[in-house]
Amino acid sequence: MKRNGLLWPYVAWMTLFTLIPLGVVVYYAFTDSLTGAFTLANLSHLGTYLPIFLRSIFLSLASSAICLVVGYPVAYTIAQARPSRQRLLSMLLMLPMCMSFLLRTLAWVAMLEDTGILNQLLGSLGIGPLPLIRTNGAVILGMVYNYLPYMILPLYTVIMKIDPRLIEAAQDLGCNGRQVFAQVTLPLSVPGIISGLTMVFVPAVSTFYISQKLGSTGTTMIGDVIESQFKTAYNPNLGAALSLVMMILIFLCIGFMNRFTDQEEGVMTL
Amino acid sequence: MKTFNRVFTVLVFVFLYIPMVVLAVASFNTGSDIAVFKGFTLSQYTALFRDADLLRLLLNSLIIAVLSSVLATILGTMAAVGLHGARGRLRSAVMTLTNIPMTNPDIVTGVSLALLFAFAGTLLKINSILGFWTLLFAHITFNLPYVILSVLPKLSQMDPDLQEAALDLGCTPVQAFFRVILHEILPGVISGLMMAFTMSLDDFVISYFVTGSSFITLPVEIYNYTKKPIQPKIYALFTLMFLVILVVMVAMNLLQAQDARRKTRKRGVRI
Repeated sequence: MKRNGLLWPYVAWMTLFTLIPLGVVVYYAFTDSLTGAFTLANLSHLGTYLPIFLRSIFLSLASSAICLVVGYPVAYTIAQARPSRQRLLSMLLMLPMCMSFLLRTLAWVAMLEDTGILNQLLGSLGIGPLPLIRTNGAVILGMVYNYLPYMILPLYTVIMKIDPRLIEAAQDLGCNGRQVFAQVTLPLSVPGIISGLTMVFVPAVSTFYISQKLGSTGTTMIGDVIESQFKTAYNPNLGAALSLVMMILIFLCIGFMNRFTDQEEGVMTL
Repeated sequence: MKTFNRVFTVLVFVFLYIPMVVLAVASFNTGSDIAVFKGFTLSQYTALFRDADLLRLLLNSLIIAVLSSVLATILGTMAAVGLHGARGRLRSAVMTLTNIPMTNPDIVTGVSLALLFAFAGTLLKINSILGFWTLLFAHITFNLPYVILSVLPKLSQMDPDLQEAALDLGCTPVQAFFRVILHEILPGVISGLMMAFTMSLDDFVISYFVTGSSFITLPVEIYNYTKKPIQPKIYALFTLMFLVILVVMVAMNLLQAQDARRKTRKRGVRI
């Protein structure tokens, strides 16, 4: 039976609202904001934004790495638990993802402020106040907090599916616990690691709210610059050029990482 | 090692829930500073239910979430069925198209749609095109991949003979879909719908770029609030929403547990 007809409404929709908008971004990136004439000026401004690009990449790589190190033992522990407990824990993991991330980030502001909850606690011990907020560390903490579930869930899905017979076989063949982990469990979790890293890195590198609230002018990220070009500076052409570069950068990163996996579904393993 | 892992996992969950506790405590606070607890009150909750503006924003968010998730589920399920039958170049092209909004950061999706709508606005000579419709189109667009990627695996798990049998027994393809295929893939359709609904309800970044002053959703307004001093009523709303989602999730969890028990019992009988 021919069912391709069902595909066309979707293809038409996605062309109109995904492909054409990307074409419009390219168009704006190469035109002048006043005259609309072709120009390379927007892209030649990129040099000025290089430090911001590098900082965004550094901060989001750091948070992706921390998410992996923190998330792996958690995903592993959940995957080892009884089925009923697994369901409960993955529910508890997804619950924060459904709540407003703006307000949850704001709660961290209240925690880390100079007169915030942590400094009040430290003050009662006679320490501080410590400069917690408006630092790179605070921005990384905000990212790790917000995106950690995106790391744990794909890791958990992959570790859970590892055939227990493989582990038993390795034990029978004389591997100790550490060797089983290093030679069986870890290599088999690579697809989960890759999709977890992608799912943390992409939103982290493009964020603008976390860095605005928890950071300072010294932690401006590329998302902040893009946002301000559209919302306050009104230079959509420069904003489009920056978005274009960021998009290409992310596609290169994902293309590079996907060479280690062979899934059709790409970043989605859930 | 096992004890360490367990303690560590508990600590990570505590870390994930700290902000919830901070916000829930703030919703009962008589003072307006979130970091200083002055005294207990329920007045934020009564103030919330008297605030017609805030409730209208919540209603706006719900309208967009319901409409966009239902429409995306219909369009996405159709597409998944079509995609299931497709092979080769067409299939990989459509999969790539599906993966673009998944891999693109939200800010790029938002900016590109905003530019498209601005472009369309100048072509159609509409001054303020940003509003309800642009928001709805954007939400359907970012919801579609979630629906497709949750329906597609169910279609591949389905026994292909089922459809053949239905057709042999005289069903038209449409009848075969509604009587046989839909029944088989329903769990995927429902989880796609739910995922789309929650993504849409909580979306801030894309909405922020494609919405105008004529139609604002709750997350966008919360962002605007955070530039001014925030109203503590918002914390009360957050706490209530947290409870609602908690109840829904616990209910789903119980249903899943029941389902799992039924399955093991069935398997036991077969053995």
